[in-house]
Amino acid sequence: MTDSPAWARAMRALTLLAVDPEGLRGLTLRARAGPVRQAFESALTRMPGAVRRIHADLGDEQLFGGTDIYATLAAGRLIRSAGLAQAPSRLILPMAERTPPALAARLAQLLDQSAGHTLILLDEGIEAEEAAPQTLAERLALHVTLDGISHSAAPALMPAPADISVARKRLDAVSHSPEDLVALTALAASFGIDSLRAPWLALRAARALAAIDGRGGVTPDDLREAAELVYPARATQLPREPEPETPEDRPEPENPSSAEAPDMPDELLIAAVAALLPPALLDALVSRAGLRRAAGSGAGARRRAQHRGRPLPARPGRPDGRMRIDLIATLRAAAPWQPLRRSARPDAPGLIIHPSDIHLKRFENRSDRLVIFVVDASGSAALARLAEAKGAVELLLAQAYARRDRVALIAFRRQTADLILPPTRALVQAKRRLAGLPGGGGTPLAAALEATLTLARQAETHGLSPALALLTDARANIALDGRGDRAQAALDTSRLAALCRARNLPAIVIDTANRPGPDPARLAAEMGARHLALPRADARAISAAVATTLGG
Amino acid sequence: MIAPFPFSAIVGQGDMKCAMILTAIEPALGGVLVFGDRGTGKSTAVRALAALLPPIRMVAGSPVNAERPEDTPDWATAPLGEIVERPTPVIDLPLGVTEDRVTGALDIERALTLGERAFQPGLLARANRGYLYIDEVNLLEDHIVDLLLDVAQSGENVVEREGLSIRHPARFVLVGSGNPEEGELRPQLLDRFGLSVEVSSPTDIEERIEVIRRRDAYERDTADFMAHWQAEDARIRAAILAARENLRSITTPAEVLRDCATLCIAIGADGLRGELTLLRAARALAAYENVVAVTREHLTQVAPLALSHRLRRDPLDEAGSAARITRAMQEVWG
Repeated sequence: MTDSPAWARAMRALTLLAVDPEGLRGLTLRARAGPVRQAFESALTRMPGAVRRIHADLGDEQLFGGTDIYATLAAGRLIRSAGLAQAPSRLILPMAERTPPALAARLAQLLDQSAGHTLILLDEGIEAEEAAPQTLAERLALHVTLDGISHSAAPALMPAPADISVARKRLDAVSHSPEDLVALTALAASFGIDSLRAPWLALRAARALAAIDGRGGVTPDDLREAAELVYPARATQLPREPEPETPEDRPEPENPSSAEAPDMPDELLIAAVAALLPPALLDALVSRAGLRRAAGSGAGARRRAQHRGRPLPARPGRPDGRMRIDLIATLRAAAPWQPLRRSARPDAPGLIIHPSDIHLKRFENRSDRLVIFVVDASGSAALARLAEAKGAVELLLAQAYARRDRVALIAFRRQTADLILPPTRALVQAKRRLAGLPGGGGTPLAAALEATLTLARQAETHGLSPALALLTDARANIALDGRGDRAQAALDTSRLAALCRARNLPAIVIDTANRPGPDPARLAAEMGARHLALPRADARAISAAVATTLGG
Repeated sequence: MIAPFPFSAIVGQGDMKCAMILTAIEPALGGVLVFGDRGTGKSTAVRALAALLPPIRMVAGSPVNAERPEDTPDWATAPLGEIVERPTPVIDLPLGVTEDRVTGALDIERALTLGERAFQPGLLARANRGYLYIDEVNLLEDHIVDLLLDVAQSGENVVEREGLSIRHPARFVLVGSGNPEEGELRPQLLDRFGLSVEVSSPTDIEERIEVIRRRDAYERDTADFMAHWQAEDARIRAAILAARENLRSITTPAEVLRDCATLCIAIGADGLRGELTLLRAARALAAYENVVAVTREHLTQVAPLALSHRLRRDPLDEAGSAARITRAMQEVWG
């Protein structure tokens, strides 16, 4: 097997990028490290033009230029360093799935300036959710995966540089018909690609393809190949199922009125792109939103530690525009050497400070955890359960005191859910409020989840990471509007549970029903939570379970 | 750097264009928030707006774009020049920016090399009398958001750090854009934006094709395309300037004030900022349309822009917030 179609497509993508770097903006490569990726990367470095490898911790100064402190100090006058953004180059970003949102946004700005940069994202994500930031991937025309290609099938098949430069010259003269544009736009719509960058990038790709193959105009084959390279990774839906009696309708499921699109290429196009769609398309769609968010906020929490929090001792280091210089520590480091340095440079003004004196401020910021206990105090959860839940919260409070966690308590009964205890570390107050918690009435589970979500959102804006422990028998019988409507209550509950899941709220559902039923397990599944059946819960068991599940 | 895509050539997105024109007429509106999917032309519109805005007159060399030499703060070291016309500043605030770069800080290079204590102005100084654009505003770090809220409210940037005590005017129009999938905005920051717009990709295939067609024409022959659209851009610019003149003479009938109040009560907007913004936006629109008085039609047109981000969040109402405003208007005004 010497010619794998996937590898040929990857090489084709690289060639396209060499021909039209300004228009196509770059490429996302999704592959694990290995000999095939190695082969691809070596082909990448053989492409004409400057190549810079960047990394996820890239600072503003390196990217956009700034003061070169080292050179400034050595020369005694202000010297600015050139950033990567100043000269057009090909930027290669390995481990693209780890890119923090701040860097992604700045690189996106850089791409939007059309200053001639191209960006190659090397995405090594394993799970479907672990992917390069959408802000960037969406701006780059080409997406290549190298899965299932064997090493022997990976010879570098790039055209000679001379051919590429000929194609580059020809590119501007390549013509396309208005129908090509219509066909690509309609095709993007049928795959549920909302962004209008996609058809535009596909058109550029088609023109680059025509230029490589020495044609003066775009052909249906070019359109098909361009769509194969640009659309599959962006598709959010499959085109409507083929209907044998009216095959013409298929390419434009949303708007049959634009029938001037040529039918034939569209059908071929759809077949070609659909064959390349990632297999678990729908699975990825369901979970994408929540998990991407989680990755973003995690990165934010770590980064914040550079700016605020508990101060740590200053450390010598190289200022990168993000860390702040600790002036006092820097001066203290420089002071003992002044007489010596003065004798070496008697005419230097002011203090003589060397780069090695520079100390940077460091902070430590731990994101506090907030455990929200949501306790079912309805009549169906027997009063014994309530007592157990109270006991568990008290035990957790004691642990929280030791770990500096915060705890909040929401109880729900009758028609409403009440915040019994706002986020607190105050043990005594917590115990007092807990002791006075009454029981009885209906089970307004939906209202409880809504209150929890509100509290979790507030907590997040205060820099806490909320986690949820829900103690209930899940027999919801009060709808969100307070009516005793069991069907509506179930509906409201599952919608809110899905919201909890979408927000990626770590949760555990502790089943406190006297007899185990299917409801709590289903609720846990809807919330993406762990389900723990404790028919005879005692406070210590609950407390231990919570501690292990929520990362104790 | 090539010329930005012309404002008037943006296909559709009427609400977004309207909101941006209104803030250009009445800077006191307090900026625009554009929320929407990727690839819907959010960034394009902001860059286009920068090219569209009428120039400002400022003192050459002033770090805060001061209009008169005496408005320049005393810490400015660069020599001041003549009064010149400059394009309205539109400053990008990148994510991950440090506090130092936003507010300005001790000029480290001069401190270390010359032993001088000098102030290096930040982005807020450069944005004075202009626009401050934050892409992906919902991903901005909290401490930067706090800082912006404070300055946007007071119109003054106060720096008290590293032995410096500096203040300078920082009046700017905030323009934010973001993708709601990636995170929400704090209500306090939401409230600071006068107008908000939700944009989505056009669903009409003809409109989508037109977008691609114009983009293609723009990239193939930028000069020709710009020449074609410049006249239209100039017409909008002239209309904005005329509207700024008209703005003072617009009258507001008492029943329009009552309409504002009843609508804001009906939707349960917090505070009075909703009414004020609604009224200001309606007046700016009336000025843009070159009529003498604000009418209910003006209110109807700007209410979704001025109020949709001031609604209380309702996780179960799947109708968009703009639809909820329209519904409220029908209920209240009949």
